[in-house]
Amino acid sequence: MADKASGLVQGTLDMLILKTLELQPMHGYGIAMRIEQISKGVFQVNPGSLFPAFRRLERKGWLPSEWRETENNRRARYYALTGLGRKQLKGETQEWTRQAAAIARILEAES
Amino acid sequence: MLRNLWSGLAGLLRKEQVEREMDEELGEFLDAAAQENMRGGMSRAEAARAARLEMGGMEAVKENVRAASWESRIETVWSDLRFGARLLRFNPVFAGAAILSLALGIGANTAIFQLIDAVRLRTLPVKNAQEIARVAIDQRNGASGNFSTRYPDLTYAMWEQIRAQQQGFSDVFAWGPNLFNIAPGGEVHNVQGLWVSGDFFQTLGVEPVLGRLFTAEDDQPRCASPGAAISYSLWQREYGGERAVLGRTITVNRHPFPIIGVAPADFYGVEVGRYFDVAVPLCAEPIINGEDSQLKSRSGWWLSVMGRLKTGWSAERAAAQLRAISPGVFEATLPPDFNPSRAKHFLQYRLGVFPADSGLSDLRKDYEKPLWLLLALAGLVLLIASANLANLMLARASAREKEMAMRMAVGAGRGRLIRQLLAESLLLAGIGAGLGALLARNLSRVLVASLSTQHDPLFVELGTDWRVLGFTTALAVLTCILFGLAPALRATSVAPGLALKDGGRGSTQGRSRFALRRILVVSQIAMSLLLLVGALLFARSLNNLAGLDAGFRQSGILVTDIDFTPLNLAKQARLAFSNDLLKRVRVIPGVDAAAIAAVVPLSGNGINQDIFWGDAGEPEGEAPTATINRVSPGFFKTLQTRMLDGRDFDEHDAANSPKVAVVNETFAKKFANGANPVGMKFRIRRLKTVSPPYEVIALVQDTKYGELRENFQPIAYLAIAQFDHPGTDAQILMRSNAPLTKLMSAVKSTANEVNPNMDISFVTFHKMIEDGLLRDRLMARLSGFFGVLAVVLAAIGLYGVISYMVARRRNEIAIRVALGARRESIVKLVMGEAGVLLGVGLVIGTVLALAGGKAAASLLFGLKPWDVPTFVLALGLLALVATAASLLPAARAARSDPMEALRQE
Repeated sequence: MADKASGLVQGTLDMLILKTLELQPMHGYGIAMRIEQISKGVFQVNPGSLFPAFRRLERKGWLPSEWRETENNRRARYYALTGLGRKQLKGETQEWTRQAAAIARILEAES
Repeated sequence: MLRNLWSGLAGLLRKEQVEREMDEELGEFLDAAAQENMRGGMSRAEAARAARLEMGGMEAVKENVRAASWESRIETVWSDLRFGARLLRFNPVFAGAAILSLALGIGANTAIFQLIDAVRLRTLPVKNAQEIARVAIDQRNGASGNFSTRYPDLTYAMWEQIRAQQQGFSDVFAWGPNLFNIAPGGEVHNVQGLWVSGDFFQTLGVEPVLGRLFTAEDDQPRCASPGAAISYSLWQREYGGERAVLGRTITVNRHPFPIIGVAPADFYGVEVGRYFDVAVPLCAEPIINGEDSQLKSRSGWWLSVMGRLKTGWSAERAAAQLRAISPGVFEATLPPDFNPSRAKHFLQYRLGVFPADSGLSDLRKDYEKPLWLLLALAGLVLLIASANLANLMLARASAREKEMAMRMAVGAGRGRLIRQLLAESLLLAGIGAGLGALLARNLSRVLVASLSTQHDPLFVELGTDWRVLGFTTALAVLTCILFGLAPALRATSVAPGLALKDGGRGSTQGRSRFALRRILVVSQIAMSLLLLVGALLFARSLNNLAGLDAGFRQSGILVTDIDFTPLNLAKQARLAFSNDLLKRVRVIPGVDAAAIAAVVPLSGNGINQDIFWGDAGEPEGEAPTATINRVSPGFFKTLQTRMLDGRDFDEHDAANSPKVAVVNETFAKKFANGANPVGMKFRIRRLKTVSPPYEVIALVQDTKYGELRENFQPIAYLAIAQFDHPGTDAQILMRSNAPLTKLMSAVKSTANEVNPNMDISFVTFHKMIEDGLLRDRLMARLSGFFGVLAVVLAAIGLYGVISYMVARRRNEIAIRVALGARRESIVKLVMGEAGVLLGVGLVIGTVLALAGGKAAASLLFGLKPWDVPTFVLALGLLALVATAASLLPAARAARSDPMEALRQE
């Protein structure tokens, strides 16, 4: 079972989830779809990694959840972002940008 | 962090709900995925299938989610423990034996440690105990005077000087323990008394539970009517805890003291291992002791001084200050009757400060080393027991090898399996430690009780504190790792394929799997030899002490102390009075002989004085000393001490006749160069005064004076009738074969005929001597117990391993027998294997015992730790037991029917 999400750099799944939830609360499938769509199918997130990540983030107090009605009248667990979560996302984004830029520079120098 | 903990706990408690929500959420995810697929044009069934495929195994996902939370760990541990418990339930014999041996081992260790903790490690139960320090003379050797109480550090005069001049302590106090007779009359009722200075309770920060405790005002010179403070336990024991106890009087040696207050229950004094019942101020000492008072005597050593260091003052700084004032202190307190050489010595004394945060204890001095040694012995027993368990676990591990291989083959991680196997050991160790801790509470109490005697009751606060708990837990974890980890590693180190392929034949197992068990057995044998040698050494040492010829008869002697202080007899009337008592006692039916002695041998009391040999002149420098006893005629006959030459004292040796003395062999050796001293003369110097010459009238055999362990000392026996400071009591020794109770009541009624107003106490000579050997008996008993235990455990271990070896080589043996090997050669084969293990173990054990014996050297009497007969006996005994233990499986192997074994192939 090919799981492209496992190709993610360690720890980046958490960041992607936080980023996805920046605009509005979403449920699990929505989050997975959004990540797939925005990455243009590069990252396909498998529930086997997605749900443990939810639990992890929930524990850290960044990602509270509640049960809500979906658009088609079903119950689903919606995840939202806390202030703490936003702060974490900001920090991680900055760090990621810094590192990505640095890596890019190194790779360019090599070629 | 807190939130994490909280949601984890909530998760544990609401497990079902969490599971349900997870199911629902995953179901929703699947639905959403399926609908998305349908939007892409799939049929409903197709869409659902694709969604499920995409997700992978539902259970696997769930497991992943569960594993993301820490509480799942607890759940796995819990289920491991449950699984372990189930396995143990299936093997009740194994579980029972394991738990029992662990409980015994851990219990014994904890009990001994609890005692060490109580007498050595714990601080005094007072406010800021670390500030408490003791003031005493640094290196006081060659001091002379009258040493009473257990801690005769200083004299009263010195205490006054220290109190006035010290600067390092915010408060100082002086105290001394003593026996107080609280019976208003008749038979003596002794309780533990304390002399204390007025600041005693305040300095220690002890608050009364009732009434008040002393202040400085209570301890003024010549206090007219001082009060007494009593302990909580005496209050409960004697007064039933009544509040009306205040204002009642308690008599101390027949002097009434109003009770002013009760000390709290947890305060036992500053002496660890003892307790106090009644405390009176120092100024009351002359009232109680009368003419024997030490208070004004400059050579009366009876006080210990302690204090609370000022904040900012270290013990070193306080000591420096005390050192600086020392010359002045000793100048001011010099006993006036000291001769010049003594005085010079005295003036060189310097005060020092010694830590006392854990109180004082003579118990500690006597028992600290034996207790650590016993802890080491008990630790070895626990190691041997753990080795046995490890052996059993190894056997089980090899039996479960296939199960493990199977589980690894289907994907269980090695770490997970080890954790599961360890859970079983943890369960055993945990239950063992729990039972052991319970056992320890009783064991330590029994230990303390076995060290207490009627005349010297001990009190040890045996609480369980963090140290004891930590110790027990550490033992449990350690044993668990010892006997659990190696087998667990072993069991899971197999390559699954190999183990599964190996179709049921035990014989193809590698030798290395067996090596560990051999090492275990060898170390068991070595350790049990060490314990056995220790046990035999202590047993032989005790035997030496008990069988020692002390120079006198030990059994059938009753020591009676008749105290006639209440009669207020004048000095010149006392000798005649005690003589009259002696005469009356001698005619009691059943009394074979009786005599009075100032010093009862081996009672621990003693007199030591300078001897000037010859009848004129004074020696240069330090005079040689001898121990002194004052006895009545008939003393040697009563104790059956052989008289080698000369005559006994008789009634002609009276106060105004020429002074006479009897000396022992060592005295003759020391002073008369071994010549027969009868007819020779010597004088005795007591402080400044030198006595008129004493003529030696007899030579007697050597006897022990202070204790059994000492070398014979030079003793000069003087006629008690010629002593010019007779005391107010008579110690009468009587030899009799009559029953003790009858004799005692006869003595009592005889004394009552003379005067009913006297205090009488009894002790049997034999019991007194036995009590002096308490420590030796304790060491012999406990080390003997540990030694037997060790040998039994090692024998079981050896039996187990040899049986296993026989089972493993069953086919081989069967083939040998089938091919015509004789039974004897089979036995030889098995015994050869056992012999190698035994031999290696014994060699290692001998080396260990030789090295470890040093620790016991100072506790042994009359033999060296490398005592050859002891080693021969220990080696022989262990070899015998071990041979017997391996002979059983060997014989079984030889008897086995080869056909049966081969048919099973």
